[in-house]
Amino acid sequence: MSEYYFQTEKMAVGYDGRALIRNICLSIKKGEIVVLIGPNGSGKSTILKSITRQLRMIEGRAVLDAEDMKELSYRELSKKMAVVLTERIHPELMTCREVVAMGRYPYTGRLGVLGREDERQVQSAMEAVHILDIGEKEFLAVSDGQRQRVLLARAICQEPEIIVLDEPTSFLDIRHKLELLDILRRMAKEKQMTILLSLHEIDLAQKCADRIVCVKGEEIAGYGTPEEIFTEERIRELYDLEEGYYDTTFGSLELRKPEGKPEILVLSSGGTGVMTYRRLQKENRPFIAGILYPGEVDYQTAKYLAARVIEEKPFEAISDEVYEKAVRAVDESRYVLDAGVRIGRWNSRMKDLLEYAEKSGKLRKIDK
Amino acid sequence: MKGKGNARIAAVFLLLIAAFGFLVILNINTGNVKIPVAEILRIIFLKEGNQMEYNIIWKIRLPRILMAAILGGALSLSGFLLQTFFENPIAGPFVLGISSGAKMTVALAMIYFLKQSASVSSYTLILAAFAGAMLSTGFILLLSRKIRHMAGLLVGGIMIGYICSAVTDFVVTFADDADIVNLHGWSQGSFSGMSFGNVRAAAFIIGIALLVSFLLSKPIGAYQMGEAYAQSMGVNVRRFRVVLILLSSVLSATVTAFAGPISFVGIAVPFLVKRGFKTARPLFVIPGTFLGGAVFCMFCDLIARMAFAPLEMSISAVTSLLGAPVVIYMMVRQRRER
Repeated sequence: MSEYYFQTEKMAVGYDGRALIRNICLSIKKGEIVVLIGPNGSGKSTILKSITRQLRMIEGRAVLDAEDMKELSYRELSKKMAVVLTERIHPELMTCREVVAMGRYPYTGRLGVLGREDERQVQSAMEAVHILDIGEKEFLAVSDGQRQRVLLARAICQEPEIIVLDEPTSFLDIRHKLELLDILRRMAKEKQMTILLSLHEIDLAQKCADRIVCVKGEEIAGYGTPEEIFTEERIRELYDLEEGYYDTTFGSLELRKPEGKPEILVLSSGGTGVMTYRRLQKENRPFIAGILYPGEVDYQTAKYLAARVIEEKPFEAISDEVYEKAVRAVDESRYVLDAGVRIGRWNSRMKDLLEYAEKSGKLRKIDK
Repeated sequence: MKGKGNARIAAVFLLLIAAFGFLVILNINTGNVKIPVAEILRIIFLKEGNQMEYNIIWKIRLPRILMAAILGGALSLSGFLLQTFFENPIAGPFVLGISSGAKMTVALAMIYFLKQSASVSSYTLILAAFAGAMLSTGFILLLSRKIRHMAGLLVGGIMIGYICSAVTDFVVTFADDADIVNLHGWSQGSFSGMSFGNVRAAAFIIGIALLVSFLLSKPIGAYQMGEAYAQSMGVNVRRFRVVLILLSSVLSATVTAFAGPISFVGIAVPFLVKRGFKTARPLFVIPGTFLGGAVFCMFCDLIARMAFAPLEMSISAVTSLLGAPVVIYMMVRQRRER
C-alpha cells in the first residue's frame, strides 16, 4: 500500500487531444486538503475535470486508493469520489432535499427509491451544512450560497472518500465562504476525507490547505505546503502582479502606493496608523511613516503603502541616528499627522518628536 | 411535506385515470351513428348485437380510441425523454423535426410499397419511420455539437422539419392519385382508419419502450442534474444518451408511422403533468405523462371528429390549437422564473 491515497503520474490534460498542461504529478495523503490556485484560465478546472473523468486524460494516469482510475467503472468510482462543480444546474421542480438525496444514487436500488439508511444519510448531510430549514424549498428558488451548500450536502451523502470541488466559494459571501471551508476542514480531519479543490481566494487557500498546487503555464508551477508556496515573489510571479502587493503574513491585498514626493509624516505606534495610511493612499497623497518597529501592524502596512518608513530595530530604544532621521522628515514635511501615538519605555523619544513638530507648527491630530 | 407531495401525485393520477375512463366512454358513445349505451356495453362485453353497430364499435371506434391513447402516450413520453436529453423543456419530437423526418420516410415507403403490392405492413412503416426519425435526430445531434444554445437548435430542428415536409410534398405530388388520398389525410395527422392489427403492433413496440423508459427512471433523474453530475454518480453517460435517443426516436417514429406528425403534444403534456405533480421525478412523470398524453389525445380526437361532424379535422390542428398556447405560457413563465 502506498502512503498516498490519490496520485497522478505524469498526467497531461487538455481539450480535444491537445495537452495544455503536462507532467502533473500530485501525491495526496488521506485526509489532506489540497488547493489549486492560479490565474483565470490557467487550467485549474481542466485538471479537476480530468481527475473526475469528465475530460479524457491525455497522458499519464491517476491512481485512487491503489487502483488505476481507468480500471474503475463509473459506478465504482461514484462510491469513492464525489464532486461539486461550477456549472449551473437547472433541476426542474426539485426541492433542496431531493437534490441532496440524489447523492444516494450509487446506493439505491433499480428505481432509486430511498431506504431508511439513505434517509438518515441525507438528514445528517443536510445537518452538517446547515440547510435543514430550506429542505422543502425549490432548489431553483434559493440563493447561490444556499445552492452551493445543497450541492456540498449532495456530495457528502454520496459517502465519498475524496471530494473534488471546482471553485466552491465563487458565489458565496464571506460568512458562507468561511462556513464552507470550515466544513471541509472538519470532514478532512474528523472523517479522514481527502479534499481537492480550486480557489480564487488565495488568502483562504493559504489558510485552509495542507498543500497548494500552483497552476500556471505548461507545467505545474509549484506544489508544496502553504509555507513553501506563499512567498511574496512566488505569488507575484504566479499572478503576474504588477501593481499592488500581496501580504503573505495576513493574506491581504494592498493597492499600489501613491507616487511623488511625500509631504506628510504620519506618526503612530501599535496599530493606530493603519487606517490613516489607507485614507492617504486612497486620496493619493504620498507620506512617510514613523517611527515604527518591524513586526508592528503599522510597520507591516506602511511597508506597502508609505513612500518611506522610519524604523528602529525591534524592542530597542530609539537611537540618535533614527531620531535625527525623523526630525529631518518633520522638517521636510508640510505637516505631521499624529495618528495616536502610544508611548512606552522603548519609544519614549516619540514624545520629544511630537513636541518638536508642535513647535514647528506642523502637528495635526487625527479626529477619531 | 413529503406526505402532502405524495398525496398530490396520487390525486393527479386518480384524476387522469378518471378522465381516461370518462373519455373512453364518451368517445365510444359519440359518432355519426347513435348507439345506445346499453347496446354498446352488450357489444363490448358480450360481443353480440346488430352487425353494423358491432362493426362500428369493434372495427372503427374501439381501435381508434385505443390508438389515440397509445400514440398520445408515446408522443408525450418521447417529448419528456427529449427534454431530458437536451436539458430543455421546449424540446419535442415535432419541433426538433423528428416527426417530419419520420413522415418523409414513411411517405416514401408507402409510395414505393403500394406500387409493388396493395398493402404495407405496420412493421414496415414503423421501420421506415424509425429510419427517418433517426435521420433527423442525427442531424440535430450534429447541430447540437456546433450550436450550444437551445434557441439555435430549435431553429435547426424547425428547418429540418420544413425540409422533410417539402420533400414529402414533392413525392406526394408525383404519386398516383390513389396513393394521394391516403397520404394526404395521413400527412396531416389523423387517428382514423386504424385496425386492430395496427393497435397490436403499436401497443407491442410502445409497451416495450414505455417499460424500458420506466426502468431507466433512476438515471433519467440523475441526468436532470446535468451530464457531469450524472456521470459522477455512476451513470455511464455515453451509453445512457444513446439509449435515450433510441427510445425517443422509436416512440415518435411509431406514432408517425400510424398517425402522421402530431404537434405540440410532446411539449405541452409533460409540462402540464409536471406542474400537476409538482415534481419532475421520472418515476412518477413517466407513467403520468404517458397517461396524460393518452387523455390529451383522446380528448383532441374527440374534438377532431365531432366539432364539425361529419367533416373531420386533422388531429394536428386540434393539438396545435390546444397545445401551442400552453407552450407559449410555459416560455413566458420560464423567463419570469429565471
